Amino acid sequence: MRIKSGFEPIPTREEYMESLVKRHGKERQERFLNAKAAVCGLGGLGSNIAVALARAGVGTLHLIDYDCVDLSNVNRQQYMLSQVGKKKTDAMKEIITAVNPYIKVVTDSVKISGTNLSLLSEDDIICEAFDGAEQKAMLVNGVLEKYPQKYIVAASGMAGMYSANDIRTRKITNHFFLCGDGESDADGDIGLVAARVMVCAAHQAHMVLRIIDGIYDA
Amino acid sequence: MVKINGQESDAAGMTVSQYISTTDYNIDRIAVEKNEQIVPKMQYGTTVIEDGDTIEIVSFVGGG
Repeated sequence: MRIKSGFEPIPTREEYMESLVKRHGKERQERFLNAKAAVCGLGGLGSNIAVALARAGVGTLHLIDYDCVDLSNVNRQQYMLSQVGKKKTDAMKEIITAVNPYIKVVTDSVKISGTNLSLLSEDDIICEAFDGAEQKAMLVNGVLEKYPQKYIVAASGMAGMYSANDIRTRKITNHFFLCGDGESDADGDIGLVAARVMVCAAHQAHMVLRIIDGIYDA
Repeated sequence: MVKINGQESDAAGMTVSQYISTTDYNIDRIAVEKNEQIVPKMQYGTTVIEDGDTIEIVSFVGGG
């Protein structure tokens, strides 16, 4: 076997898409490619959601976070040590480009509030992936009030060492899905542990893919 | 009868604000849906819970 130089060309777009179509089927992959999803917050939830959606080949990802990568993030977020200090939006775009260079990534390094929700006007499905409970409530209320035709997939309760089986997806309304155990607060003794946060992020990412695929049950 | 988070309740006639004041919910951490529709925060004081309504109150905890 030839030793890799590290400079081999990456697969072409056609090769990449063919491999996705083999996994997901042609029509489903087209639905994924045509979808636009926003990830609000690129921490333990958002960084893992974004990578899952990029791997599945969701065509447009809108990544929003105002923060920079900190060493304390590395316990559960996708970032590399070499990215500490970078804007999370830039760091996540680098990771996604390395995983799937053939999707469109739009970034906004801003803090989302009730006054700039029009940032999300182009996105079909919105993932709430914030840390703070008030921020979560603000985004969910704001999106459902301002954009009742969009879908929001939010999260509440994924901290600690409780069973991963307690984390589930609930359909609250036809446009609002909620993942998590609903109870375990990050203010507790143990805080956020990578695998359990990733379970919740995976619930959110999978619900996004189901919505894109026309499946609207939790 | 009214259903709030799956439980039967006699909250009919109260506004959303009045009902929430009888609970431990933190108003800054919740989203309220009435019959599958979001109740805008600005309308908690004027939205009356009526007999037969299904109310869902989602209370967020921190972590992400």
